[in-house]
Amino acid sequence: MKKVLTGNFAAAYAAVAARVQVISAYPITPQTTIVEILSELVARGELAADFIKVESEHSALAACIGAQAAGARTFTATSAQGLALMHELIHWTGRARLPIVLANVNRAMAPGWSIWADATDAISERDTGWMQIYCEDNQEVFDSILMAYRIGERAEILLPTLVNLDAFFLSHTSQVVDLYDAERIDAFLPPYRPAVKLDVADPRSFGALTSPDYYYEFSYKIQKAHEAARQVIAETGKEFGSVFGRSYGLTEAYRCEDAEYVLVTYGTIAGTAKVAADRLREKGFRAGVLKIRYFRPFPAEDVVRILGRAAAAGVVDRAISYGQAGPFYTETRSVLPGAGPALTGFIAGLGGRDVSVADLESMFLQLRDGKHSPIVWIGVKP
Amino acid sequence: MKPKIRKDGTVAVEKTGDLPDMPVSMGSMKSNKTASWRSIRPVIIEERCKRCMICWKVCPEPAIRPGDPPVVDLDYCKGCGICIAECPFDAIDSEKEGK
Repeated sequence: MKKVLTGNFAAAYAAVAARVQVISAYPITPQTTIVEILSELVARGELAADFIKVESEHSALAACIGAQAAGARTFTATSAQGLALMHELIHWTGRARLPIVLANVNRAMAPGWSIWADATDAISERDTGWMQIYCEDNQEVFDSILMAYRIGERAEILLPTLVNLDAFFLSHTSQVVDLYDAERIDAFLPPYRPAVKLDVADPRSFGALTSPDYYYEFSYKIQKAHEAARQVIAETGKEFGSVFGRSYGLTEAYRCEDAEYVLVTYGTIAGTAKVAADRLREKGFRAGVLKIRYFRPFPAEDVVRILGRAAAAGVVDRAISYGQAGPFYTETRSVLPGAGPALTGFIAGLGGRDVSVADLESMFLQLRDGKHSPIVWIGVKP
Repeated sequence: MKPKIRKDGTVAVEKTGDLPDMPVSMGSMKSNKTASWRSIRPVIIEERCKRCMICWKVCPEPAIRPGDPPVVDLDYCKGCGICIAECPFDAIDSEKEGK
C-alpha cells in the first residue's frame, strides 16, 4: 500500500509496522508529529502498544530501557535538545546492549533557538555504542526503521539504532512511501525474543557495579558487535531488497564507477548532490556521490574502495566539530591511506541553510581546481 | 550464558567469551549472594519486637522477610542500618561483623 506521507509519519508508521510494544516520549518541543500520530493510534485502539507519556526526554529513554530490558520491542523519537537531554541514557542503552530504535529529527542545537536541519545533535552521540543511520528520503526512513530492529535484535549484535531524518526536508515534506503489507513485514521482522530479560522467575542484576577486571571486556564486546554489524547490515539490506524491492548497504555509491570527483555526504544533501552530479556529467565532468547511510559502524571499506578510484574527493557536512572540522570529513580522512586521494571538507547548510544544486556543482568544481583544505565554508556571508 | 562455577562456589571468568554480551549478572540472583561487604548485621530482639513490619517496609534491598518475628536475609542484607534506626521499639540491635 502506497501513501503520501511526511517523514514524521513514515517514521511513525514504521514503528506501527514493526509492532512495537512500548513507546515512551516527551510530547512537547522539540518533539514532532512522530509520537503525536503514535499516541493517537494507541488511544484509538489501533496500535496494541503501551504509550508512556513522561516529563522529559531523559525519562522517555529511561522508560524504554526498562521496557526493552523486560523483553518488549520499544520505540521513541526526539530531536536536537531533546536528544541531548537523553544523553546519559543513550550511553546506558548502548552499554546495556538493548536494541531500542530511536527516530531523531536532525535539528540544530540552541542557542539561537532553531528547529531547522543540522546533524550536530546526532553526531554528539557518536561514542555511545549506538548504530546511526542518516536517511535521504521518507521511504528510506520507513525501511531503515524496520531493518534497524531486525539488525539490532540479532543475538550477535544487540545494539540500539538512531535513525536520523533531516528537519523539514524530510520531517515535514510529503513523499510517496510504500508501506508494503503486514504479512511480508511480519515474516521479515519476527517478534523480539531476547535470550536474557528482566524476569521475576530468574532474577538477575542488570548493569551492576563492574570492576576494571570486566568493564574493559564489555567495551571490547561492543566494538566487536559493531564490526560484526557491517556484514549483517549488508546482508539484511540485500534481503530487504529481495523481499520488498529496495536494497540497501552501509553506503550508496551513485555514478562512482568511473568518477574522477566524488562528493561524500549524507541525509537529504545526498539527493541534491546526485542531481548536481547528473548535471555535471551532461557537460562531460565525471562526478559521483558516495552517500553514507551508516555513520556507526563507519563504512571504512566502502569509503576506501570507492574513493580510492577518484582523483579527488570532498566531504559535505551539515555539522561541525568546533576546533577541528566536519565530523564526516574527519572520519573519512581517518580511514583513507596517506597517499590519497586529495580530500576537501565542505561545511554547508548549518541550521537549515539551503544547500542548492548550484552549491554542490560548485563544490565538485572546487575539487577539480585542486585547492584542498579541511574546511571550506559554503555560502558564509562576507 | 551458563556461568562456570569453581569448586569454591565462585564464578569463573577467565576468557572474554565467558562473559555475557549484556552486562548482567552471571546466573540468577537467587544464587548470587550480594552481602559480602556488610560490616554490621541487624539482630532482631524477639521480646521487644511488636511485629509492626516497619523494618520490612523501610528495607531498601529488600532483605527483611515478614514473619513472626520478621527475618533478616543475611545473603542480601548490606548492613545499611536503616531498619535499626527506624524501629520505634529499639528491637533491632547492631552487631559488628567479623568479630
